[in-house]
Amino acid sequence: MGRIAQIRSAASPGPVVSAGRAEPVDSISRPPSAADVATDRLFRAATRLMAWAAVALVFYVVWDIAQQAVPAMREYGAGFLVGTTWDANKQQFGILPAIVGTLYTSFLGLAIGSAFGIAIAIFLSEGFLASGLDAVLKALGLSDRPGWMSLPGWVEDFLKTTVELLAAVPSVVYGLWGIFVVIPLVRAPANWLNVHFGWLPFFDTPLSGPGILPASLVLAIMVLPTISAVSRDALVEVPPKLREAAFGLGATRWEAILAVILPTASTGILGAVILGFGRALGETMALAMLAGNANVISWSMFSPANTLAALLANHFPEAGSVEVGALMYAALVLLAITLAVNVAGTAIVTRADAALKGLR
Amino acid sequence: MTCPVPEPREAEDLSDLARSLRRPRALFSWAMSVLTGMMTIAALVPLLSVLYLLITRGGKQLGLAAFTELPPAALAPGGGFGNAVVGTLVMVAIAAAISVPSGILAAIFIAEFGPDTRTAQVVQFCAKVLTGLPSILAGVFAYAAVVMLTGGFSAPAGGVALAVLMLPTVLLTAEESIKRVPPKMREAAIGMGATPTQVVLRVVLPTALPGVSTGVMLAVARAAGETAPLLFTALFSDYWISRSAPVFLPKTMGDLMKPTASLAVLIYNFSGSPFDNQIELAWAAALVLVAIVLVVNIGGRMLARRSVGP
Repeated sequence: MGRIAQIRSAASPGPVVSAGRAEPVDSISRPPSAADVATDRLFRAATRLMAWAAVALVFYVVWDIAQQAVPAMREYGAGFLVGTTWDANKQQFGILPAIVGTLYTSFLGLAIGSAFGIAIAIFLSEGFLASGLDAVLKALGLSDRPGWMSLPGWVEDFLKTTVELLAAVPSVVYGLWGIFVVIPLVRAPANWLNVHFGWLPFFDTPLSGPGILPASLVLAIMVLPTISAVSRDALVEVPPKLREAAFGLGATRWEAILAVILPTASTGILGAVILGFGRALGETMALAMLAGNANVISWSMFSPANTLAALLANHFPEAGSVEVGALMYAALVLLAITLAVNVAGTAIVTRADAALKGLR
Repeated sequence: MTCPVPEPREAEDLSDLARSLRRPRALFSWAMSVLTGMMTIAALVPLLSVLYLLITRGGKQLGLAAFTELPPAALAPGGGFGNAVVGTLVMVAIAAAISVPSGILAAIFIAEFGPDTRTAQVVQFCAKVLTGLPSILAGVFAYAAVVMLTGGFSAPAGGVALAVLMLPTVLLTAEESIKRVPPKMREAAIGMGATPTQVVLRVVLPTALPGVSTGVMLAVARAAGETAPLLFTALFSDYWISRSAPVFLPKTMGDLMKPTASLAVLIYNFSGSPFDNQIELAWAAALVLVAIVLVVNIGGRMLARRSVGP
């Protein structure tokens, strides 16, 4: 109370100004109190601790899974990676079909997802909507109305958000949707292909229900937002002068895109595809529900299959202690593959950013 | 010597330079533009189809009973998924309680106290690696770290698995938005004699709050929809977490250490069911789950629009 009163009287202008000279006043500033300094030290230490905890978490996750997998690794060795049966009763464990199925579904899903993802990235970054609207308005003779020109940006934002929302839908819901929509939808065309083109190894079994193709289609939807968002970032980063130079030389829009813009952004797009690959490899629920959980190795995209993540999801809840050991080994294999792919993808995206900075 | 006089050019056919769809170059460009546009629109079809089916099929079963009753047995009619809604909320709350404070503190360190240090780079890289961790491996981790330690499936085990998945999202978005706080605000606070901690807590964090909350909400939306990490950490249960008292009372903590239901696992379990009633409930549960996830997600995005610019 006393202190505040003191400050008030020091701050009141009346007597000081009338006296016309600088009266020494009590300063309200003070060095930080001991409590302030202690809080500061403590808080900074806490943030440093948490930052290192995040690093430690990564190592702890790897160490924890590896340590649980050690007994199974001793027991089954490398034969685990090439074995083809998974039978808990006979204690025979092999994950070759799961590894093949993981790679097959991921590549197929990635191929479809990349085609659409990159198309979306191009569509949303190269001003198609603006020039399309311009052409329509010119045809209607309305090109002098400036009010329309905010529309393309608005629509682009809306489309971008909608594509990103594709990633927000939980994968178990995609699985449910896949069971009741995608499988019935692709069954007829798949069986037609099997009847007429069955001599191709890709089509040599009929699609009875769950299988690689429906799983890959749903996987494509799930990796599409990752690929389109990261490649759009790469395309937007391409310096405008390159695009303008191509147009100035008389290139059509797509000649500029294919010959100049895509090659310039190619490293970033490659990074986007690799990050999408990492996502596809680890995706679990949609595959556990749609791939069929069958330990089969087949070229046919209509055959049921298994993936590492789906294997874990299907067997873990009811596994006995021996099988849990084998599942931990499988988890370690999945961890090694996804970590390698993600580290490569992150490194490539970072390098692409740095390379484009040099161009500007 | 006479300078060569250029020939008059009227004779040349300038229509060569006009843009016409009859030329292969222009036609190719036009066709590719149409193709890309159509592919973009085609990519929206799945989202619309999912939403349409959820509303038509899931909406049918959705009533008050769905939120107050327990999952039905094989052939029983009716029933609901009240325990799964509660279970999802409890586990996401546990995960948020673990990951939000630690994620924000770590973000403060790498954005504010030690930017451009070796530590910051390592932390950032590790967070990016964690972003790519398959969700099922978070479940395997929680199984090894919590379930094996405590001897049973439980809600906290599920919460830990979800926390591992939330942490990188919270950390990286919080870092981004803290870095976007204008330096002059920081300098003003320092100039007034604030300690670094006071600068962060009174000036930087409040300014970055919309962006930080966006990250938290996106992480919560993701965690609420995750199934794989819960399959063998929280498992599933046909009963309420506690029938006697609210979950937040200490004396019922023991009840949290039992298998716990969640919406996502309920959808997975019932999707393969041969019984119509259970399948319809799976659709209704999916509608509720997607509604929660999309509302939180879109809410987070709208907050992000309000955050400060560079």
